[in-house]
Amino acid sequence: MPEQTPDEAISSAGAGGVMDLALEEGTTLERPPGGPDGAGPAEKPRSLWSDAWRDLRRNPVFIISALLILFLVVISIWPSLIADQDPLDCNLGKAQEGSQPGHPFGFDGQGCDVYTRTVYGARNSVTVGVCATLGVTLLGGVLGGLAGFFGGWSDSILSRLTDVFFGIPVVLGGLVFLSVVTSSTVWPVIGFIVLLGWPQIARIARGSVITAKQNDYVQAARALGASNTRMLLRHITPNAIAPVIVVATIALGTYISLEATLSFLGVGLKPPAVSWGIDISAASQYIRNAPHMLLWPAGALAVTVLAFIMLGDAVRDALDPKLR
Amino acid sequence: MHADHSGRKEAREEGEKARALLARARAGSAAAGGDPILEVRDLVKHYPLTQGILIKKQIGAVKAVDGVSFDLAAGETLGIVGESGCGKSTVARMLVHLEQPTAGAIKYKGEDITKLSGRALKAVRRNIQMVFQDPYTSLNPRMTVGDIIGEPYEIHPEVAPKGERRRKVQDLLDVVGLNPEYINRYPHQFSGGQRQRIGIARGLALNPEIIVADEPVSALDVSVQAQVVNLLDRLQAEFGLSYVFIAHDLSIVRHISDRVGVMYLGRIVETGSDEQIYEHPTHPYTQALLSAVPVPDPTAREHRERIILHGDVPSPANPPSGCRFRTRCWKAQERCELEVPLLAVPAVFRLTESPAGHDSACHFAEEKQVVPPEGLLDERGEQGESGGCGRGQWAGPVVRDHPGGLRADRPRAR
Repeated sequence: MPEQTPDEAISSAGAGGVMDLALEEGTTLERPPGGPDGAGPAEKPRSLWSDAWRDLRRNPVFIISALLILFLVVISIWPSLIADQDPLDCNLGKAQEGSQPGHPFGFDGQGCDVYTRTVYGARNSVTVGVCATLGVTLLGGVLGGLAGFFGGWSDSILSRLTDVFFGIPVVLGGLVFLSVVTSSTVWPVIGFIVLLGWPQIARIARGSVITAKQNDYVQAARALGASNTRMLLRHITPNAIAPVIVVATIALGTYISLEATLSFLGVGLKPPAVSWGIDISAASQYIRNAPHMLLWPAGALAVTVLAFIMLGDAVRDALDPKLR
Repeated sequence: MHADHSGRKEAREEGEKARALLARARAGSAAAGGDPILEVRDLVKHYPLTQGILIKKQIGAVKAVDGVSFDLAAGETLGIVGESGCGKSTVARMLVHLEQPTAGAIKYKGEDITKLSGRALKAVRRNIQMVFQDPYTSLNPRMTVGDIIGEPYEIHPEVAPKGERRRKVQDLLDVVGLNPEYINRYPHQFSGGQRQRIGIARGLALNPEIIVADEPVSALDVSVQAQVVNLLDRLQAEFGLSYVFIAHDLSIVRHISDRVGVMYLGRIVETGSDEQIYEHPTHPYTQALLSAVPVPDPTAREHRERIILHGDVPSPANPPSGCRFRTRCWKAQERCELEVPLLAVPAVFRLTESPAGHDSACHFAEEKQVVPPEGLLDERGEQGESGGCGRGQWAGPVVRDHPGGLRADRPRAR
């Protein structure tokens, strides 16, 4: 084969696994694949995060849930924006009355305005959801991540500890733990949720860190002499955090409903605190006579939980590299 | 066992010059004077097999690497070949201190690095770097190319002052044949071959003396493999690097290596210059491996003899006694079961000048030519525009018994 065309060279190389040395290297400043044609080096680089954000912005589920959540956050910070009455200003004479001008949702069993109480109830729900999620994510993420990274006995202890916490039934645990608390603030509820919720995130974080740490780029950093801190912060955390974010977002919705459940059972928030759970509990006795008392807080709760779960779903779609 | 450079061509000589310059420039390596830059002695890695949940009891060990020794001279390329699971990658990972050997020594310029830690280890790491197999997992997808190649400078700030780093990274991109303007891009915007170039640039950043390449091209397309191997070849000449090149592709190893070691089940079974291994193999395993190299020419393919090994590689947790290859070897006799063959020049060849007189761990070593001598079928050998390694390609290896050698036994089964 004295004269070989490039095609032949490639095919014979392919057949034999023998290298074709006619290919001159060094002249291969190929353009990377993907990206708009002819965009050239001036094209703005796209990181995986910015790709995910671009995907999210195009996802109608994300837009709807994000708008709902934005609205919820705004009214939980400034409930007076849309409700100008006092949720604790009640008139027993109007108990269980239906919709009237100025009181669109009617009155509850104590004669309080249902609309105002529903709006004000958002604050406690959102506070519990956000704070509990932050606490759970920090505690669970750090413990799980460290256990996954260092392995060994610390990992064994953490794994068994999470098993123990998974064994505690949430509602029963809540009844036992919270019935001894007399405070009417949200903090005991948040504390309880963090206490029982961290193992879930810890497991996710542990698994995700174990996957990330086996990647060659972590090994490469180790071979370069990188410290554990550097490997954790620069290489592992950015690559392991996506599943944690997804689970935490979905968990936020469930924490809100857990708060309502505990309040419904009388061990979560306690009157005079305003909470959807308390209102649902009080209204459930009168569901035949005055269903509006139940429908509005329950509807608000359902929509809120749904919004967070939808957000979590959209975030997962955007962050999951397998769908990319 | 010194390198046989005779096969290398013009660019090799150029590289020689650059290497000599570099060797002089490098303080401390003056003492080298032919001394190996890396000496590996009886390297052992056993992974314990444990039983029990709380109280772990060791019930055995996977003997991934079990007594590997070799030398690496400055500027030399040592190829290590072997099938999957023979311990090649474990050796590589121990060389760069990603795994702690169970026993044995890795001496870098005479100093055992296996026990080092802290600052001393960090200093050694600067000089021994690794290129990874899979370019899709060896680059952090959340970091830009500039950050990836610049990270070595952040870890070793003494190598480059802050202001210079960006320029150095761009120089490195240029050296490995990538556009320096790609510095702000992310790995997923590159092809496999380009990613491997980025990985090579990262390995070069600290100006190491030794690069351990663990199957650096096996994840790439064949056409891109050639480019990357040629790049490695060019960089070796340019920077005076020493390579430990691990692969399972025999043709690539032959192309790039000065010396070759063949591994089987955690041990080196045969080692010698590339010519000795490829043209005068004396270990039956090497012969079997060579006969398995695909032949592009259909006529030659019909005429060659394939040595087909039977059975699987035994479990490294329970390797055979004596010679580890005996369970699949057509020459195996009782002696192989009782006596571990040492890696040394076989007695038959000890007094001869024959190129078959190289280290081979076989009681019944004999020469058997599996690949035709270089040049015989090598019409493209002199084109050499690609890094000057003009080994060309083999148009068709024909198996036959070496005229001067002992007649090989017929393989038991074919």
